[in-house]
Amino acid sequence: MAFKGEIVIDKERCKGCAVCVGACPNQVIELSKNVNGKGYNYAEAVKDACIGCTSCAIVCPDGVISVYKVKL
Amino acid sequence: MNTDIVKPENLVYSRTKVLTDATMHYCPGCGHGTTHRIVAEVIEELGIQDSTVGVAPVGCSVLAYNYFDVDFQEAAHGRAPALATAIKRLNPHLSVFTYQGDGDLAAIGTAETIHAANRGENITMIFVNNGIYGMTGGQMAPTTLVGMKSATTPYGRRVDLNGYPLRITEILATLPGTCFVSRQSVHTPAAVRKAKKAIRQAFENQQQKKGLSFVEIVSNCNSGWKMTPVQANKWMEENMFPNYPIGDIKVDGKIVEGIGTDRLVVDHPLTVVQ
Repeated sequence: MAFKGEIVIDKERCKGCAVCVGACPNQVIELSKNVNGKGYNYAEAVKDACIGCTSCAIVCPDGVISVYKVKL
Repeated sequence: MNTDIVKPENLVYSRTKVLTDATMHYCPGCGHGTTHRIVAEVIEELGIQDSTVGVAPVGCSVLAYNYFDVDFQEAAHGRAPALATAIKRLNPHLSVFTYQGDGDLAAIGTAETIHAANRGENITMIFVNNGIYGMTGGQMAPTTLVGMKSATTPYGRRVDLNGYPLRITEILATLPGTCFVSRQSVHTPAAVRKAKKAIRQAFENQQQKKGLSFVEIVSNCNSGWKMTPVQANKWMEENMFPNYPIGDIKVDGKIVEGIGTDRLVVDHPLTVVQ
């Protein structure tokens, strides 16, 4: 059974701590080269390999990540 | 964004509604944010948002009442357990929790903490331990590790001058009034899940009137420790965890098997931070 996921990051609330980057099992997330309104390099999904495991979302201190998931 | 997947019916995780929309003032990567979120998620899952009162401390989490969408009281420095005692005794139907840091709970509020635990007050206490006074600029706290550098111990904490790190969680576990005592962390997804389970247990114990439940969260303080969040989490694993071992210490009023008196009081070795 395979799952396909998608994360939505509220980039204006993200503080760029990068804890989610290490938490992702598929290395989907990286910090952007761009900054948000607060001047932080926000997290963004760079690969289409998300499985919707929610690891990034539950470790995010500011709760900025929403996770969507479908069964393939 | 893939609009085939991003639909309300496919949502599996989003920020809980028990947290307000206010942006937290915590530093990037701080364990306070994660701890706030899992406490709020437990309140949501138990359906007790309307009947919960939190007690905010003094310290980094002094503004906790801005972030939880539940009733809150602000306690004088260190006096959160005393205030929570009053709230719970006057309103026994409410779920009451305190949320404190190590400077509040283990330094100025040690007396209130120990006596509330010894009286077996039917409350839930959340204790965030980052081994330093974070808000005031990284001074030494009672929980600072031996050899750890802080603003007031620039050459590292010395036992002859500053004494030993205080393991207040183990002290509380020895008191008969406590029902559930656990130490957790929130730096990885697995740790967050375990910490959430412990906090849920702590709230359920209160509903079942079992006595005081105490959950310590060993947290990073990347600003105070002068590291990036990821480095701070690694440093925490290497240095904090040997001194503050993760896991349940007391469950249902009984010390967990394998945790002998050596761990609780006397001989557990303190490692020295280089």
